[in-house]
Amino acid sequence: MLPDKFGKFGLFGGKFVPETLMMALEELEKEYKVAQKDTKFKKELDNLLEVYAGRPTPLYLARNISKKIGRKIYLKREDLLHTGAHKINNTLGQALLAVKMGKRRIIAETGAGQHGLATATSAALFGLTCDVYMGEEDIHRQSLNVFKMKLLGARVIPVYSGSKTLKDATSEAIRDWVTNVRNTYYIIGSAIGPHPYPMIVRDFQSVIGKETKKQFMKYEKRLPDYMVACVGGGSNAMGFFHPFFKTNVKLIGVEAAGLGLNTEKHGASLCKGSVGVLHGTKSYLLQDKFGQVKIAHSISAGLDYPGVGPEHSYYKDTKRAEYVSVTDKEALEGFKMLSEIEGIIPALEPSHAIYYAVKKLAPKISRNKIIVVCLSGRGDKDIDIIKNESH
Amino acid sequence: MNRIDKKFRELREKNKKAFIAFIMAGDPSLGVTKKLIFELSSKGADIIELGVPFSDPMADGPTIQKSSERGLKSKTTLASVFNLVRNARLQIQTPIVFLIYYNLVFHYGLEKFINTAVDSGVDGVVIPDLPPEESIELCKIAKKNRFSIIHLLAPTSSIDRIKKVAKASSGFIYYVSLTGTTGARKKLAEDIGAKLRAIKNITKIPVCVGFGISTPGQVKEIQKVSDGAIVGSAIIKIIENNIGKKDLVKKVGNFVKTLKGGG
Repeated sequence: MLPDKFGKFGLFGGKFVPETLMMALEELEKEYKVAQKDTKFKKELDNLLEVYAGRPTPLYLARNISKKIGRKIYLKREDLLHTGAHKINNTLGQALLAVKMGKRRIIAETGAGQHGLATATSAALFGLTCDVYMGEEDIHRQSLNVFKMKLLGARVIPVYSGSKTLKDATSEAIRDWVTNVRNTYYIIGSAIGPHPYPMIVRDFQSVIGKETKKQFMKYEKRLPDYMVACVGGGSNAMGFFHPFFKTNVKLIGVEAAGLGLNTEKHGASLCKGSVGVLHGTKSYLLQDKFGQVKIAHSISAGLDYPGVGPEHSYYKDTKRAEYVSVTDKEALEGFKMLSEIEGIIPALEPSHAIYYAVKKLAPKISRNKIIVVCLSGRGDKDIDIIKNESH
Repeated sequence: MNRIDKKFRELREKNKKAFIAFIMAGDPSLGVTKKLIFELSSKGADIIELGVPFSDPMADGPTIQKSSERGLKSKTTLASVFNLVRNARLQIQTPIVFLIYYNLVFHYGLEKFINTAVDSGVDGVVIPDLPPEESIELCKIAKKNRFSIIHLLAPTSSIDRIKKVAKASSGFIYYVSLTGTTGARKKLAEDIGAKLRAIKNITKIPVCVGFGISTPGQVKEIQKVSDGAIVGSAIIKIIENNIGKKDLVKKVGNFVKTLKGGG
């Protein structure tokens, strides 16, 4: 079972952090192991996921799209969760861990604001202090989520360095953690960062894949043929894929091609990056020929990150999953399609996965094949961007 | 014996402690950096710590972040910093260590990095995001080449970790004086003395202290309890405030002289 005891997924992962944080990571790993075996912890989390977050989420056969393309497409409806995205699966789990470890202050980084919102929500629930780092650029792009976080009692700290997006918010959160490590718990929002974070986030998000498996078996009496999810840092995709690791189901991760893979403006670390080390982990990374980290671009703030979770890099190199990309323009088309035909307004992130599944994948597979797409979040937060795009 | 070990032996014989000065290569330009290296050396820096600019310096506070950004803006690359040291080596023998984030080393190639470093006259490297768990391969190559891998210890390091870090380290150990990023602080942390005694009980490798040290008084205080004091952000501030001015180099030199005078 990966990661190994060094926190490695094959060549990827590990703990590339300042010495100051090593103790905190060791402590977290130990506490997490205890929590995993603690039936009370599991029961409490399962209960919260059910009565507070709204699990299980439906697995919906998208009837109109399926009819239109002549192949069945199911949607795993993470968009129906409390706070509007899959992020709450992870933040409830980690906030519960923080409480168990006696840490009363929570920090987080956020791009689109969904993770920040889910963290602020979980902090409010457990009565914890919460500071969220967010790039200034993202604060402008996602003002609704900023307002919500403040309503929930969190402090949103703008980050002005570098590209002023998720990458820099993450660096700033790490700097805070280095400073306040003794009393602060850092809730990382994606399957990235130093070990044990990629494992912890994957485990808490695996509820998506486990439910999908059960529901799909109930409806179709078999496993799906294809599973498609968007990949930024890759937490929804990893949670969706992981329970299917040992099956023959084809797993497809969709990255942000932004303005195009041949431009400098995209977020496709797996499709176009090379192996490097950022934010504590070894993984595929967008970097220049000198090893300086490049600035990612995507219309969706949640995919606007130059790195990716190390387990995805492992899936790529071992060919367990295939990674493809979809442009800003195509994602907008996916967004409109799902809204108009199916009556579901998706977030821009999973709009990438929708577009790929419907427009690229479905036409080339036979009619008896079934696709499941992880609809990781809803589109409320993106309404302003869509408004501007349609002008 | 490499230049770092020689320097510490020399200091020990004179019953003195090291003063280590940090500057960022290419801030504001490689030309100025070269002049600064000579100036630091002549004003008595025992070791020069030379930063290689990186896009995401996660262990650094605002002062060194900005310095790193200026270094990148002046198109400083690892290769150009190697050249700079190779050039400077024709005139000075002061030990020079790099402060560099791991991605730049990894991307350059571990073997190639150490070979080029040794060949250029770099004596060791501090990699803030590379704990001993991840540095095994690099240490192996370094050992063959008598190149120092300077690991860090922190206030949060347990006895077990101190042992692990000491075992992997050569040249000296960099003790981070506080939980936090680089940058000047008004007061030193109170537990430095006790922590250093614990480290000294475990290893004979020299231990130098950095992060938050900015005044002659603090340098003196640190040197009393350790093998040396490292000053970075306070020097970078002087550079930042004098960019474009004729006497930048002289001002940095004067500041270093006062800091050194504390010891």
